[in-house]
Amino acid sequence: MHAIIDYISSYLTSEKTPGAAGNMFWVLVYIMLVFAGLSVAVIAMNWLERKILAHMQVRLGPMRVGPHGLLQPIADAIKLLLKEDIMPAEADGFVFWMAPLIVVLAAFTVFIVVPFGPTHAITDMNIGILFMLGVSSLSVLGIVMAGWASNSHYPLMGALRSSAQMVSYEVAMGLAVVSVILLTSLHGHGLYGVGGPGTGDTGTLSMIGIVQAQQEQGVWFIFKFFPLGLIAFFIFAVAMVAETNRAPFDLAEAESELTAGFHTEYSGFRWSLFFLAEYSAMIAVSSIAVTLWLGGWLRPFPNLMNGPTWDQAFSFIPAITFLFFAAMCFYNTVRMPKHPLFRVQTIGLAGFGVVLGLIGLALFIPPVSVRVQDIFWFSAKVAGFMYVYIWFRGTFPRYRFDQLMQLGWKVLLPMGLGVLILTAALGLWPLIQQTIWHP
Amino acid sequence: MLIGGILVITQKNPVHSALALIVTLLAQASIYLMLYAPFVAGVQIILYAGGIMVLFLFVIMLVSIEQSMKERQFNSQWVVGTIAAVALGGLFIAVYEKGKNIFPNRALSIVENNNTQRVAVLLYGQYMFAFEIASLLLLVAIIGAVVMAKKRI
Repeated sequence: MHAIIDYISSYLTSEKTPGAAGNMFWVLVYIMLVFAGLSVAVIAMNWLERKILAHMQVRLGPMRVGPHGLLQPIADAIKLLLKEDIMPAEADGFVFWMAPLIVVLAAFTVFIVVPFGPTHAITDMNIGILFMLGVSSLSVLGIVMAGWASNSHYPLMGALRSSAQMVSYEVAMGLAVVSVILLTSLHGHGLYGVGGPGTGDTGTLSMIGIVQAQQEQGVWFIFKFFPLGLIAFFIFAVAMVAETNRAPFDLAEAESELTAGFHTEYSGFRWSLFFLAEYSAMIAVSSIAVTLWLGGWLRPFPNLMNGPTWDQAFSFIPAITFLFFAAMCFYNTVRMPKHPLFRVQTIGLAGFGVVLGLIGLALFIPPVSVRVQDIFWFSAKVAGFMYVYIWFRGTFPRYRFDQLMQLGWKVLLPMGLGVLILTAALGLWPLIQQTIWHP
Repeated sequence: MLIGGILVITQKNPVHSALALIVTLLAQASIYLMLYAPFVAGVQIILYAGGIMVLFLFVIMLVSIEQSMKERQFNSQWVVGTIAAVALGGLFIAVYEKGKNIFPNRALSIVENNNTQRVAVLLYGQYMFAFEIASLLLLVAIIGAVVMAKKRI
């Protein structure tokens, strides 16, 4: 008994991620926390997408199921679970069954290395970013299998188009990522690696290492060697939207073009697996973008506004955010129609506001606030990316497929190569200067 | 890995063969992991399983498979096949016997955690020439593919 308690509490004083510390209990706890958080995030994304798209199109979106449509995702989930499970005739049963599994597995496994904080990752691999890119490229296989196993021409065309698009934009993504990995091997004016002086001139591929490099260099990589970091970020942002088959690159699954593309023949729970995997992949590639360019868990303005008072002020922001949401809930409660049929919804919304307010108040307590800081900043940045995804969907018209492929190969790839060469040249500038002027 | 390999050659449906090949390549990546080479494992997953096999599957799916599935599978060259398999097995055994003494403890004595950095230092330092030759080969392959598939220049 004592041994178990010692095993569990021995991790609480170590400064490593559970995977690095080898503590299986806390690994499982972190995995369940990440899985639960991801599921909540996907449900929230479903509601947010419909509401935000609706507001952008000057309409209201779901308002009936629950106050302001807040229970709409739950209604959708129940509907999808109860739908009849169809398998087309002459379809390849094993491949048809495996395809959603592979896509979901690939989309969820990448979260093993996503760094929510310096010790808040499930594990920290040496090859973190390589692992994320590799496993997310396995989802292309699932899509190809889904299109083929449906034994019908619309899904096959949609799957082939979709996978060609994903493979093309992986190249552009890879180049943008490589130019950031180059930046991790710099340190101010010397050229030593992430471990500090004396550790050699190499950078690191580990996700936590990349954020620590940004912390050491005192600048988010999006602002490094301006405008190169910004261009690399832009290339990655466009490529990640194309990678996840989202608007404006969603020709492969757009309803007006290909009757829903590779997931046409899937219904009920299998379709919801594809949908879950799509949102998880969106969150995964946004986490990559946040870690590589936007400083991961670091708070904004670490140098301009530094010092203990600024740190204290910034540490209140999580609590203030939740209290702001609670205030919005209460404001909308007051504005609800005063009809007896709306009584349950009004009470529900007020209750939701109370819960958010309590969470906000709990975040004022110093021990909680200190632990939540990193996770909050990371999640806030990823949430910003989610909003940008929905914004793109509501704003841009769809790309035609040949325009899409041309963008991936003829525009983003040369831009990526140029950014890579210029980043390498600018990064080595002190060394070049030394060699030229003091041989 | 063995099961994947056997399934590749015994499945009638070429798509099932390709999927078994994917399983084999992923097992290969895990073998690299067990040999403390995480970089090679990661690159194997990205390139082989995520890139090359996707292109394999494209071609297999665009070619009609009903005809090939109806064809009778034959084994009329089993003599030559057996001789070749025995020769290859003999080669494997000879390599194992000769190279057994490099790792006398039957386990790797170096546990390294910066495999990527060491591969990079070697690849871009000592073996730079080989690296450039390999990229030249890839350029030749790309140009060849474009020339063969173009309609007009």
